[in-house]
Amino acid sequence: MSTLSLIIKREFNAKVRNKSFIVMTFLSPIIFAAVIALIVYVGSLKADVKQIAVHDESGVIKGELKNSDEYRYVDLSTVDLKTLRDSVTSEFYEGLLYIPKTDSLKALEKKVEFISNDSPSAGFIGSLENTIGQKLTYANFEGAKLDTAAISKATIDIDINLTKSTGEKSVKGLNEIKIGIGFMFGYLIMMFIIIYGNMVMRSVIEEKTNRIIEIIISSVKPFQLMMGKIIGTSLAGVLQFLIWAIVGVGLMMAGTAFFGVDASPTAGMSPEVMAAAEQNMGTAELYIREMWNLPIATLVVSFIVFFIGGYFLYSSLYAAIGAAVDNETDSQQFLLPIIMPLIVAIYIGFVTVINDPHGNIATAFSMVPFTSPIVMLMRIPFGVPVWQIVLSMVLLFGTFLGIVWFAGKIYRVGILMYGKKPSWKEIMKWINY
Amino acid sequence: MHNILEVKNVVKQYGDYTALNSVSLNVPQGSIYGLLGPNGAGKTSLIRIINQITMPDAGQILLDGEALNPSHIKQIGYLPEERGLYKSMKVGEQCLYLAQLKGLSKDEALTQLKYWFDKLEIKGWWDKKIQELSKGMAQKIQFVVTVLHQPKLLIFDEPFSGFDPVNANLIKDEILELKKKGATIIFSTHRMESVEELCDDIALIHKSNKLIEGKLDDIKRQYRTNSFEVGILTANVEGLMYDLTQKFTVGQTQFKSLNDELKLEIQIGNATPNDLLQILTARGQVTHFVEKIPSAGDIFIKTVKEN
Repeated sequence: MSTLSLIIKREFNAKVRNKSFIVMTFLSPIIFAAVIALIVYVGSLKADVKQIAVHDESGVIKGELKNSDEYRYVDLSTVDLKTLRDSVTSEFYEGLLYIPKTDSLKALEKKVEFISNDSPSAGFIGSLENTIGQKLTYANFEGAKLDTAAISKATIDIDINLTKSTGEKSVKGLNEIKIGIGFMFGYLIMMFIIIYGNMVMRSVIEEKTNRIIEIIISSVKPFQLMMGKIIGTSLAGVLQFLIWAIVGVGLMMAGTAFFGVDASPTAGMSPEVMAAAEQNMGTAELYIREMWNLPIATLVVSFIVFFIGGYFLYSSLYAAIGAAVDNETDSQQFLLPIIMPLIVAIYIGFVTVINDPHGNIATAFSMVPFTSPIVMLMRIPFGVPVWQIVLSMVLLFGTFLGIVWFAGKIYRVGILMYGKKPSWKEIMKWINY
Repeated sequence: MHNILEVKNVVKQYGDYTALNSVSLNVPQGSIYGLLGPNGAGKTSLIRIINQITMPDAGQILLDGEALNPSHIKQIGYLPEERGLYKSMKVGEQCLYLAQLKGLSKDEALTQLKYWFDKLEIKGWWDKKIQELSKGMAQKIQFVVTVLHQPKLLIFDEPFSGFDPVNANLIKDEILELKKKGATIIFSTHRMESVEELCDDIALIHKSNKLIEGKLDDIKRQYRTNSFEVGILTANVEGLMYDLTQKFTVGQTQFKSLNDELKLEIQIGNATPNDLLQILTARGQVTHFVEKIPSAGDIFIKTVKEN
């Protein structure tokens, strides 16, 4: 067996046999699922029906308010207003809707009161305002002898249809879905880099503090050891991610069966899409067709390439930092410059790519090797010219080779430096040692 | 005599700092070679270059007549001063891994490990983790890992640190046995009594330069001053001192003894020990008469102070 595969094997075994690794592998999806289940459960709980007393002196509104799952309206126009106020105070009723008697309905605009000791939600008040306003407007129309049926007929409610230049129909909210898919891939890469990059760093520090490092590098080249470590750790990481995916899917299916949560593709749709779907039964098919129209092959291939490039780029830097310091506490100052581009990339994705996926900023950051794995993957669902993807990959792998060489140099010197925390300046000098 | 290792004008610089300034050494085959020097002299730098952990900036190193190359890694066993093992890995697994890194097959490694685990009576440790072992026990494992692949050149950097006297003795005997079997041993240490006890040859490195190299006995002969340590019981101290100072340089000295005698250090120059003895026996009872041979420690301190 070659020395590199020996090292990879040992690193892999050391990671997957580690107790905290095992616990994390099986516990995190359970915790994650439990949190989601809790949210779903709480959301699905039927809130108590709230009783709203209605005291309508105008006589226009009572009986027009429809009871919902949440609110029940009780017409108490005959009951004395003061008694009603007391019943609100004693919390028998959630609130009291008071519509006074006025000379004209128009005068009611500022006169309607909702008396409650809680602060009712803006949505609830908004819908009350809508209903009452509409009712009163129509009452006014009737008072003015206008043909309300004609008015209803004349009212126009616009719903813009999206169509491509090819004449193909499109669906609303697709932008969000595209960024969602890109974001998922980009985020996956970032999480992987941070979790397993840190793991590489800790394992380098461990070898340093255990003082086994000199024994090992008297048998193998430091560069081999570094690469073996990175590869072994990433294999353990891929395994962990796969287990998470499998357990996650399993739990999701179990959850769906148990709670009867709607896990069909429409579950995550925005309200506009839902409304469109109701109006047009063909929308669901459109939506699915759009999904298939996404450059899936490009996405998958790019994900693999950018994942490998990005991970090796960053984890070799993590290894170099691990070699330069004596303990994890000292690593913080060196880690910041590594974390920054990752965070910048995610923000660029969120802020810039979603608004203007092919703009200058998004394009530039999808070329810069430190942000490209994340930003480019977010752009790809929107359709990126192949030459841009290839150029970005070439840049990434070119930089990757340079960085691995650079990190290898620092690593080689750093692992034999004990007992002091080097400065950036000193680390740069090591390149020439 | 054939030299197993020849270091020729090796230079190593770290930035502006010169760690090795054109150092040359010749390590004879089958010897125990003491590499001595104060902290920071450049010993570890040189050892790391021999182990191909770092590359020299200039100069050449020959192992058994061949320029040093990666295939030599298997022929060298190195026990670093800063040494340790994976804490949470089992002893057996760890030894197998390290042996395989040195190029042994799994079967070869198992055979060798069985031999050494039997020999050092540590068979029961195979499935233990290093963190369950004491420091001395871990040191034994490190020793086994170093010699496992039967290297022809062994490099021990402070091998006895961390051992209790019983285990230190055990390791010392193992080192002597390895020598008997034909291995050459480079031995870097500050403990002068073990240099005195074990080394055939020594080299002294100080401030990046080699100052002394050669057979320990030859070097001692060079540094001898023809001084004798004398103990004598006499009633007439003044008379004795008068006689002695006529011919020799005389000083006071200290050594352990059971008598309450006069203790002197006498430099006889070109005279013979018998000339001195004649004067002494004429004046009293000689209780102690030893030539003062410089110890490796004396030579070390003297040379380092002079430079």
